[in-house]
Amino acid sequence: MALLKATKLSKVFGGLKAVSNFEVTIEKGELIGLIGPNGAGKTTAFNLLTGVYEPSTGEIEFDGKSIVGLKPYQITQRGLARTFQNIRLFAELSVLDNVKIAYHFHVKYGILESVLRIGRYHKEEAEIEKKAIELLQIFQLADKKDEIAKNLPYGDQRRLEIARALAAQPKLLLLDEPAAGMNPQETQQLMKMIQWIKKEFDLTILLIEHDMSLVMNVCERIYVLEYGSIIAQGIPEEIKNNPRVIEAYLGEEVE
Amino acid sequence: MGNNKRVLLSFAACIAVYAVMQSLISLDVIGSFWQLNIVLVCINIILAVSLNLINGFTGQFSIGHAGFMAVGAYVGAVLTVKFQLPFLVAILGGAAAAGFLGFVIGLPTLRLDGDYLAIATLGLGEIIRITILNIPYVGGASGFMGIPRYTTFAWVFFATVFTVFFIRNFINSTHGRACIAVRENQIAAEAMGVDTTKYKVMAFTIGAAFAGVAGALFAHYFYIAHPASFTFMKSFDILTIVVLGGLGSISGSITAAILLTFISAALAGYPEWRMIIYSLLLIILMLYRPQGLFGNRELSLKMFGRLMGGNKRGTTEGN
Repeated sequence: MALLKATKLSKVFGGLKAVSNFEVTIEKGELIGLIGPNGAGKTTAFNLLTGVYEPSTGEIEFDGKSIVGLKPYQITQRGLARTFQNIRLFAELSVLDNVKIAYHFHVKYGILESVLRIGRYHKEEAEIEKKAIELLQIFQLADKKDEIAKNLPYGDQRRLEIARALAAQPKLLLLDEPAAGMNPQETQQLMKMIQWIKKEFDLTILLIEHDMSLVMNVCERIYVLEYGSIIAQGIPEEIKNNPRVIEAYLGEEVE
Repeated sequence: MGNNKRVLLSFAACIAVYAVMQSLISLDVIGSFWQLNIVLVCINIILAVSLNLINGFTGQFSIGHAGFMAVGAYVGAVLTVKFQLPFLVAILGGAAAAGFLGFVIGLPTLRLDGDYLAIATLGLGEIIRITILNIPYVGGASGFMGIPRYTTFAWVFFATVFTVFFIRNFINSTHGRACIAVRENQIAAEAMGVDTTKYKVMAFTIGAAFAGVAGALFAHYFYIAHPASFTFMKSFDILTIVVLGGLGSISGSITAAILLTFISAALAGYPEWRMIIYSLLLIILMLYRPQGLFGNRELSLKMFGRLMGGNKRGTTEGN
């Protein structure tokens, strides 16, 4: 059974059809790419899947249950975490606190326990701290755990956002242009890291990306979006040679 | 564990401060004028720290705090005067009523952001006051008179310690982090599984409840609860303390509450100059420290260490 299945998804803003008849099916353990020219509706599609927008029509099934109409935090709690194209860290907080917040909905101690510092408080807090530091170590951020997030270099901020999303312990991770603004060397490292975390955390990943080398090298399957609709899907080889995709990216051939 | 040691140490410090102050009061070293101001300082600390939870930590700009204080004052007074209940019950009753009202009001208004929320809470604070003004049962426009003076230094001191202790521990837990996440980036908080509405309403409710505590203490010190004590000017006074101390800093709110109350008291001898000097001080402070005295940091031993020339970075942990 598919982990994520979107059928006939569309979103209309006034008279503008941002996404129409969007369909994806993602099996557990896959690494899928979503590409398309600027303004094709990729981020809108992400926002539909994560509950930021409610779809005008269509159905989204995650892990066998419909998630249409749920709030973003409810969708995250079901196991679907994301990063943002324009980084959205908790800018004034430390790197460590950024990650700790993502463990929030896994914490069981109540308000009384936190105020009186009794019961599960100390044990769970220690556990969160330990897990958060482990995660930061994976992303080579452990030595910067007390830095304020906004003071990190750009590449570190991108990695911190992924670390934070992973702290929510998702089944499906959505990455919105994880390599945006990175230099080729950083992109290389990121590619390796994405493949590694996928294996290590037993994840399924859907990523939006403009960097073709990243998409073609890492993704097992690719969906191509243009003007809000899926125009092609398949393995990287097929996509590379698909005339419609080439047309979408480079324009029509002159007769 | 080091943790327990620190808790014991801060408790010991609180008891010591209490013992010193109480004996100074008993020995009449501190006269009634300064006693009054010490009580006011404590009440202002409760108000400022609780408002800081809403404005500073959760980032929801509320300016209707005096309204919740009024609810606590009147409900508390009704419980002691009309029902002859013990003072503790009156305080808790005032807190519960204010907290409940905060919850009911917070649910619809916290959908608003920024300026809109500020205006809505300003209006709600006034609505509460005008409503009280028109209830003859609690004295209407002439105020609720004949309230016994139950508030002593011991009551306000320990209520203040409890408030600070409660809100500090709340902030340093996963629930507090959720509130701070709402302030930092609501969309990201939501994407990390934080129910942002729930935490906004929760912060608002807790803040309102402690304003209720302050109100009950206030009414039982001054023998009277009068609608004129809870105008939006009072809300602004509390807000001034919070902003001056630093949004998101509990120790900042405490310091600013002490500072402003005493400045105000010290200038009591020059009534014609008082507001001018007070305002000038505020303007100067805001020009040179727009983030407030402490920014969003807490006063801690580490901070002293840094001032003394150490170069270790302070963390959010220590305070």
